[in-house]
Amino acid sequence: MIELRDVCKYYQVGDDKVRALDHANLHIYPHEFVSIIGPSGSGKSTLMNIIGCLDTADAGIYLLDGMPIDAYSERELARVRNRKIGFVFQNFNLIAKLSAEENVELPLIYQKVRRSERARRVREALEQVGLWERAKHLPTELSGGQQQRVAIARALVTRPSLILADEPTGNLDSKTSREIIGMFHELHDQGNTIVLITHDDKIAHEAPRILHILDGRVTEVQP
Amino acid sequence: MRSLIMALRSIGSNKMRSALTMLGIIIGVMALVVLVSLVNGATGSITNAVSGLGSSVVTVNLYDTTKKPVTLEEISEWQESEPALAHIAPYKTDTLSARRFENFGSATVYGVTAAYKDAQALKLTEGRFISAADVKNHSFVCVINETMAEKLVGYTDCTGQKIKISGTEYTIIGVLEAEENNLTAIFTAGQMTAFVPLTSLVRLSDSVNLQISQFYIGPSEGYTLDETADVMERILLDRYQDDEDAYRISSQNILEDAMGKVTNVLSILLGGIAAISLIVGGIGIMNIMMVTVTERTREIGIRKAIGASRGTILVQFLMEAVVLCMLGCGLGIFFSWGILRLVSSVVASTGLVFEMNGSVVVTAVVFCFLIGIIFGLSPANKAAKMKPIDALHYGG
Repeated sequence: MIELRDVCKYYQVGDDKVRALDHANLHIYPHEFVSIIGPSGSGKSTLMNIIGCLDTADAGIYLLDGMPIDAYSERELARVRNRKIGFVFQNFNLIAKLSAEENVELPLIYQKVRRSERARRVREALEQVGLWERAKHLPTELSGGQQQRVAIARALVTRPSLILADEPTGNLDSKTSREIIGMFHELHDQGNTIVLITHDDKIAHEAPRILHILDGRVTEVQP
Repeated sequence: MRSLIMALRSIGSNKMRSALTMLGIIIGVMALVVLVSLVNGATGSITNAVSGLGSSVVTVNLYDTTKKPVTLEEISEWQESEPALAHIAPYKTDTLSARRFENFGSATVYGVTAAYKDAQALKLTEGRFISAADVKNHSFVCVINETMAEKLVGYTDCTGQKIKISGTEYTIIGVLEAEENNLTAIFTAGQMTAFVPLTSLVRLSDSVNLQISQFYIGPSEGYTLDETADVMERILLDRYQDDEDAYRISSQNILEDAMGKVTNVLSILLGGIAAISLIVGGIGIMNIMMVTVTERTREIGIRKAIGASRGTILVQFLMEAVVLCMLGCGLGIFFSWGILRLVSSVVASTGLVFEMNGSVVVTAVVFCFLIGIIFGLSPANKAAKMKPIDALHYGG
């Protein structure tokens, strides 16, 4: 499903070349719930960007659903992000001037889904996160937990191959965090593939499988 | 359609800024529409005034008078055979001395036929014009302008008085009206001018003979000036055996043409100035769009992360710029309409009419659209080119 082979990514910081990913290898199978844990500066964000097709690797091979993403053009990457990946970010990243409903609808518009079909799927996704009655509200009118649920609905609505969550509970209190994590379990039970990136041990251990990243290398953590 | 609504919402979400940005376009459009419409309105009234000056005649000059001169008889033949040439007015002119008792001066004397009055749309305050009989009889009668009447006679209702032109006694049979709207009256104002039968002038002046070298053709009912000129051309070509250098026919409505040129230049000039202010408005739009793109970097990042392609983002921001321009354009046209109404009502007494010029409105709309595209392109492209990760991490 997701396969990284010897993926490298470098950044130029002043005169130094920093290796954010150093021959990283990993394999994630369909319907898995995997968390990737690592301290800040470990290459976590870079890994997430590459898995999320937001950035491309400098070396190595990345296969998503068996397709070599590293050879894709920017336009194709946008398409892959749209159809195969649902993002959940730490700071929710909802568009402030659009209502909950419109935020969830946006990826479907980019997919050119018909209006009636869009309405049906938006409702489905919002009902799944329990926020249908808040559909018309703007993000600013929602609590942090609610905003994150809208973001999850937005990730779900395209029925992606992979839900990629980057510190999804980072901006939430512990009670709300538990709710969100509960939601990920629920999504996992429904058969979604989930990759959760975090620096928090406790959150990481919610997932059945944990990968550890340090200095740009990925290692399996035995439970 | 969808992106149009999005653009309108985005513009609406920051009304003050959008309004200020549009102001440049609004002022530019107003300048363009109002100025050009004003020029056109003024041109309309001036052209109407000029048309009344009797300038719509065909002027014919003959250069080959020695070998086979045109005579009054030949002109009469043309007049009878061609309805288009019914009002041929040959004339000759000389400067001669004029005297009445102790008053004297030099006067421009026109030797004319009866047709001259209509060809030049002359009006008389007193008496009558030179008649065909006067021409036939070589009568010593004259029509003078008011300047001449005042200088020689002392008053203008002077028909029946006698004056001497070049020593020969002439009876005044009419006085030319000093009209504001008549070309001849304007050109002769202030100088002594007399009209006498052409046949009579020949006897006064050594330099004038009966060989016709120039004449006017006044408008005949049912013929345009160009048609009249064509008929004349055909006759003259035939007469001079296809020697096109033997004559010159100018059918242009010279004054109107000149006016047209002046006002065209004026329109282009003012339109150009207005266009510059529109471009300045466009730069304002570009400036604000640049700010908007920077402000919305994160939004762009989110949109890209969830699958918006470069093209989608480009269209979104381009649409915003164009909609901003077109809204400004619409408001500008609306305000222009108001201003023109206002100006028209203020100057209503002068008879000037200022109407919104349709073609300038179309020009303004097209121009605004282009400005939206041209000045929106660079900010939109800046937005489209952003990398999703850079955009996502911008400012948090």
